[in-house]
Amino acid sequence: MSTVKDSLVDPIFKNNPIALQVLGICSALAVTSSLKVTLVMCMSVIVVCACSNTAISIIRNVIPNSIRIIVQMVIIASLVIVVDQVLKAYFYEISKQLSVFVGLIITNCIVMGRAEAFAMKNPPLPSFFDGVGNGLGYSAILIAIAIVRELFGSGKLMGIEILPLVNDGGWYQPNGLLLLPPSAFFLIGLFIWALRSWKKEQVEESEFKITSNTTNAQEAM
Amino acid sequence: MANKETTSKTIIVALVLCIVCSLVVSSAAVLLKDQQDANKKLDRYSNILAAAGMLNKDESIEDQYNRLITARVVDLETGRYTDVVDVATYDQRRAVKDNSLSEALSGEDDLAKISRRENYSMVYLVLSKGELQKIILPVRGYGLWSTMRGFIALENDGNTIAGLGFSEHGETPGLGGEIDNPKWKSLWPGKKVYQNGEVEVGLIKGSVTPGSANADYEVDGLAGATLTSRGVTNLVHFWLGEKGFQKFLSNLRSGEAG
Repeated sequence: MSTVKDSLVDPIFKNNPIALQVLGICSALAVTSSLKVTLVMCMSVIVVCACSNTAISIIRNVIPNSIRIIVQMVIIASLVIVVDQVLKAYFYEISKQLSVFVGLIITNCIVMGRAEAFAMKNPPLPSFFDGVGNGLGYSAILIAIAIVRELFGSGKLMGIEILPLVNDGGWYQPNGLLLLPPSAFFLIGLFIWALRSWKKEQVEESEFKITSNTTNAQEAM
Repeated sequence: MANKETTSKTIIVALVLCIVCSLVVSSAAVLLKDQQDANKKLDRYSNILAAAGMLNKDESIEDQYNRLITARVVDLETGRYTDVVDVATYDQRRAVKDNSLSEALSGEDDLAKISRRENYSMVYLVLSKGELQKIILPVRGYGLWSTMRGFIALENDGNTIAGLGFSEHGETPGLGGEIDNPKWKSLWPGKKVYQNGEVEVGLIKGSVTPGSANADYEVDGLAGATLTSRGVTNLVHFWLGEKGFQKFLSNLRSGEAG
């Protein structure tokens, strides 16, 4: 049994859902062009992940094995709809920018993955912390990407101008690529590279070796 | 532990779960509905005020709107105010989907690529001591990726643009998305719309040469966003043209809109 601290901190660097398990990439591409939106998305994922883990863990002993996945989906989907409604009511501007991506938390593999891998086998309290921890791990990467994208893509952070743009009479020519989703791919790749150079044990073993080219047909036989 | 894998247990678990979840979801939806509707309304108000360049951040949006704006409904066919539908409850977006409240557009008529146009449209009037100051018209049209929705504001001569703003669009950030750029939007006020009865105003490639013959009718195009620029031109042409508000605007000028 892992301690509370472990389940909260581990997913941030040691077992990061995005960097190590490579889950939840799609929303990481979509919502990271501005930091404010990203923070709201992160909060939503933490809440959904923690609540779904807790709820599933509470009823884990009565869920029939044959319908466990759909039971998890129904719980997650309901929580996401509630979060979406709350955002629409209290964070209207941001929910407009997040548009479909709040709804897509339902399909975020991290939430479902933790439900299936952890909450089905562990009591409610550890499951809750595991949910929060994985939400934090997801958030850590998203926030890092969002800072880079917003700062260099539109010269702002949280909507406050940091690098004055050429368009508004400043000196900074924004990098338009950073505002487009593919840039997040490059950034995530760089983060994974950095993380794995620091924590070497995360490097995956290669599944096969490519044999070197041969000059001679006999040798190849 | 008793066997939980029987068919009846499976059905019971599924049923109970569905009922609990639907209760949670529906109560959230019902409890938060008022707040959400209020947000939508405020959002529309602030877009209307912003299009006319009158949005004041220090005052409550609702107060400003109520003080400055009078909403009316216009019959686009006759170009006159109408009471056929109720101003307070008219849902223009829904009307577009209703065959009895809208008409299909085809070919050249459908300049803005919106496929259906409602018969009645909201207009927002800025009145000061009973005198008309500005007219704010809802417009929409297709850009490169998305339907761009916004408001265009005209001065009381019905020919000079007072402002333009988009409340909703999905154009490429940094390229077509620059339709939200305040600097670009500030190019619009003062431009003229009609020349010899035709809508002339539109975006051009590159920047407008000041002092050129058509400078009053031209707005800088958006660099790297040819299709979005074309979409904006088309939607302005459509909504200020014959199928749009042209009749209403000329009635307004001659004082026959009543």
